[in-house]
Amino acid sequence: MQFMLLFSRQGKLRLQKWYVPLSDKEKKKITRELVQTVLARKPKMCSFLEWRDLKIVYKRYASLYFCCAIEDQDNELITLEIIHRYVELLDKYFGSVCELDIIFNFEKAYFILDEFLLGGEVQETSKKNVLKAIEQADLLQEFQEVLGVLRNSSPDTLSHVMNILMSQCTK
Amino acid sequence: MPAVSKGDGMRGLAVFISDIRNCKSKEAEIKRINKELANIRSKFKGDKALDGYSKKKYVCKLLFIFLLGHDIDFGHMEAVNLLSSNRYTEKQIGYLFISVLVNSNSELIRLINNAIKNDLASRNPTFMGLALHCVANVGSREMAEAFAGEIPKILVAGDTMDSAKQSAALCLLRLYRTSPHLVPTGDWASRVVHLLNDQHLGVVTAATSLITTLAQKNPEEFKTSVSLAVSRLSRIVTSASTDLQDYTYYFVPAPWLSVKLLRLLQCYPPPEDPAVRGRLTECLETILNKAQEPPKSKKVQHSNAKNAVLFEAISLIIHHDSEPNLLVRACNQLGQFLQHRETNLRYLALESMCTLASSEFSHEAVKTHIETVINALKTERDVSVRQRAVDLLYAMCDRSNAQQIVAEMLSYLETADYSIREEIVLKVAILAEKYAVDYTWYVDTILNLIRVAGDYVSEEVWYRVIQIVINRDDVQGYAAKTVFEALQAPACHENLVKVGGYILGEFGNLIAGDPRSSPLVQFHLLHSKFHLCSVPTRALLLSTYIKFVNLFPEVKPTIQDVLRSDSQLRNADVELQQRAVEYLRLSTVASTDILATVLEEMPPFPERESSILAKLKKKKGPGTVAGLEEGKRERGADVNGGPEPAPASAASTPSPSADLLGLGAAPPAPAGPPPSSGGLLVDVFSESPSAVAPLAPGSEDNFARFVCKNNGVLFENQLLQIGLKSEFRQNLGRMFIFYGNKTSTQFLNFTPTLICSDDLQANLSLQTKPVDPTVDGGAQVQQVVNIECVSDFTEAPVLNIQFRYGGTFQNVSVKLPITLNKFFQPTEMASQGFFQRWKQLSSPQQEVQNIFKAKHPMDTEITKAKIIGFGSALLEEVDPNPANFVGAGIIHTRTTQIGCLLRLEPNLQAQMYRLTLRTSKEAVSQRLCALLSEQF
Repeated sequence: MQFMLLFSRQGKLRLQKWYVPLSDKEKKKITRELVQTVLARKPKMCSFLEWRDLKIVYKRYASLYFCCAIEDQDNELITLEIIHRYVELLDKYFGSVCELDIIFNFEKAYFILDEFLLGGEVQETSKKNVLKAIEQADLLQEFQEVLGVLRNSSPDTLSHVMNILMSQCTK
Repeated sequence: MPAVSKGDGMRGLAVFISDIRNCKSKEAEIKRINKELANIRSKFKGDKALDGYSKKKYVCKLLFIFLLGHDIDFGHMEAVNLLSSNRYTEKQIGYLFISVLVNSNSELIRLINNAIKNDLASRNPTFMGLALHCVANVGSREMAEAFAGEIPKILVAGDTMDSAKQSAALCLLRLYRTSPHLVPTGDWASRVVHLLNDQHLGVVTAATSLITTLAQKNPEEFKTSVSLAVSRLSRIVTSASTDLQDYTYYFVPAPWLSVKLLRLLQCYPPPEDPAVRGRLTECLETILNKAQEPPKSKKVQHSNAKNAVLFEAISLIIHHDSEPNLLVRACNQLGQFLQHRETNLRYLALESMCTLASSEFSHEAVKTHIETVINALKTERDVSVRQRAVDLLYAMCDRSNAQQIVAEMLSYLETADYSIREEIVLKVAILAEKYAVDYTWYVDTILNLIRVAGDYVSEEVWYRVIQIVINRDDVQGYAAKTVFEALQAPACHENLVKVGGYILGEFGNLIAGDPRSSPLVQFHLLHSKFHLCSVPTRALLLSTYIKFVNLFPEVKPTIQDVLRSDSQLRNADVELQQRAVEYLRLSTVASTDILATVLEEMPPFPERESSILAKLKKKKGPGTVAGLEEGKRERGADVNGGPEPAPASAASTPSPSADLLGLGAAPPAPAGPPPSSGGLLVDVFSESPSAVAPLAPGSEDNFARFVCKNNGVLFENQLLQIGLKSEFRQNLGRMFIFYGNKTSTQFLNFTPTLICSDDLQANLSLQTKPVDPTVDGGAQVQQVVNIECVSDFTEAPVLNIQFRYGGTFQNVSVKLPITLNKFFQPTEMASQGFFQRWKQLSSPQQEVQNIFKAKHPMDTEITKAKIIGFGSALLEEVDPNPANFVGAGIIHTRTTQIGCLLRLEPNLQAQMYRLTLRTSKEAVSQRLCALLSEQF
């Protein structure tokens, strides 16, 4: 896959991920052109189109379009399901995801995507494994925050809380 | 605010995002952003050290602003600070910023690489993951330099966690894609291949992507992956739908992995080991069978995943192109999809059938769907689907259905979308020419094309119709009559005026006997259009008029009056004025004899590659159409020697293989015996079967023609036709030799033998099986030669064929066109890289130069096509002189890879070329230079 774009029905870009080196100018040009092309298509049309020497695979979920550019040899249908699996991952993580979740937590959307796709290829297709990786990271984050709060507490309290936390984590 | 906010809420960030969303206008948004940027800048520059949280928050804001489409030129240093932090959330945001806003500042990159190095060594799996993701996301050259050695170690180490292995595999893949030379495959290659056996399906999925990419460049090193991939695939397709747990997707077991494994197998020819091959065939059959089973779920995800695997399996079947049974089953399956209610499936079926149409095994099966495809053209509501239907009709077209397909395309053209009209016009023009048996049909078709879609008829198309009319005297009278009639229309397209003007100027005399199209009538008809036309067309018409002066002396005064008028003699356009002045003078002073000589009928055009085809190739990119054409041409040759009986003698009808586009092997022979039937080819007197015949006359020429192409007719006489179809990849190749018995009598003891000198044998390995010793009349047999280039070589193998025909012993030898350049892989590079390498190869042994006279017309497009056909990449905008051609590629042999650069400098005035080859090996430079010099 060469890149993935998420944009709204109004043509606002919500997420962009590039797997080939391109200048910012080129990226903007490509985005503009593609957003226009895809938004102009009618609902019942096919999800694939030829664009330059790439194949575009796109699908609309509620107000968001997910759009991937793949190469000539790549498989269109499986790319459609890459999109779907990513939507499922977002949905599971945010709990019925909506456009606002992606706007306000764009960094999470990136982290989830990195666990799922890397370098333009599928890294892990198991929903469980991807979410486990993200949740572990979230847990690590909370854990470190608690540590921060406790940094100024007395050594006794600290070790007590640590014990509780450790037993939680190993559960 | 979002319904759920997991992890840490960065309140400041959320507030900022809300602010932006509340902006009523673009101006307000920009104002708010500028305010924020100023704030962040002052915070970063301030004396007070920022804590991690604030830094993270500001970097996140910058990221958000960048993603809105604004330029960000600071904050990188803060991001690097964050990613060096030990706090996970800070590290994560730091890496994200760097991945999205890649910066080429070398000091910065050094710092980032340091941090990555620390994280890779940290043994903390989460940190390691972040570092690997960053390398994979940025994938720059500097990162390749820093980590290309380290990452393979992580990938194959026994104690690496599964998730890190997955990231490492894809990380390496990304580095290999950006800087292949920095990622040499080492001893880890075989251990990577064994990851295909890993317990963890996620690891297998990631590893398969890596292996596929590496195997494309180094098939030999990774060929053990074939049997492993087949057994893995077999385990997946036969597993129950719940066996693979979370890797089952809507009741389809591991669809992503299946697709990738099938894709990996497309890097190789069919497995040689019969057991592996059998197992693979079983897998493919199982996949085809499953397509017929009732769906396990009504969800579209189920059918998409299932069909994704099915389509990839079909791609593999087409790639192998060796199992007729599977090919026909694939074709039937696609046929079902052609009428499926899902638009996506119809689209993909049309696309996939295009490639099936060029396989000799399935071409006929594809043709049976013609009505459905034509219907799709008429009823599909989506232009991209209609486009696919046009492509498929073009691909399935042959002599038997050409008239129907051309007619359908023409009628579709009347309502076709503007975006695809030009391409359809080119396709119609090519098909009409290629399959014209009757040239009146061809002329009608092209005139119709101009009538229906005149604006989209490019110069190439109308030039071509004129070339053909001029070269074929049997159609000239008809063409003159037809254009004359077409010009009667009150509003006709300017392109028609051009064609009409040219043809009447040459052949108007052929219809002048009819008073309805007398010279004067012809002239007035043309001149009535004159004032509506553009300057180039008017210039063309003036030439027609002076030709009329020669053809029809009786209209000379009328034409002189026109030329003499102020609107011509004093025309503001220099070209028109000059023509008027010169033509008027010529008509006044020259004697009839001189006029007749100067204005003689145009001589036939030299046959060459159709300019239309060249144009279509250019439109579609060199790969696709060229491949299609090659395939189609081969079929033409099949028909010639195959089931459709060839014409008894080529004397009356041009042989079907003498194709009109000038692409075919034999030059067109409109009358007289075909040039190859010299009678000397067949050594009828030699009775000793062991003696090898001397090379057939013309063999050298035929040989040279195959240097830049892979398919076509190699040899033909009254008895036998030999066709070739070959494909090469890296240092391997396969050649299909088709022997067609053109007679109605059996050939007996038919024995083709490949002869290589000892020297050649050491450098080129050829393997083939004997063919059936009996070839029935009108039948065709096929022989496959597997080729491996061991080391660079100069000579070519000889193919000797001995057989008995009606009691006489026949013995024919031809040179088989397996040449060093077939093992080229094109290499793209920019100007700087090219000249850098060019300079590196400057020692006298590395360079070979040849200066020679052009043997063919010096046409830029044809030269380009030849260089591409030769196998090297054609590098545009590299040479400072745009008239020069430069190319680059790598010759693959079993033992080494040899980089090659070439430069061709044409000198139009002198009709000369200078060709320079630079490679790392003298013998290679010499051989390539010799081969390529013969082409121009």
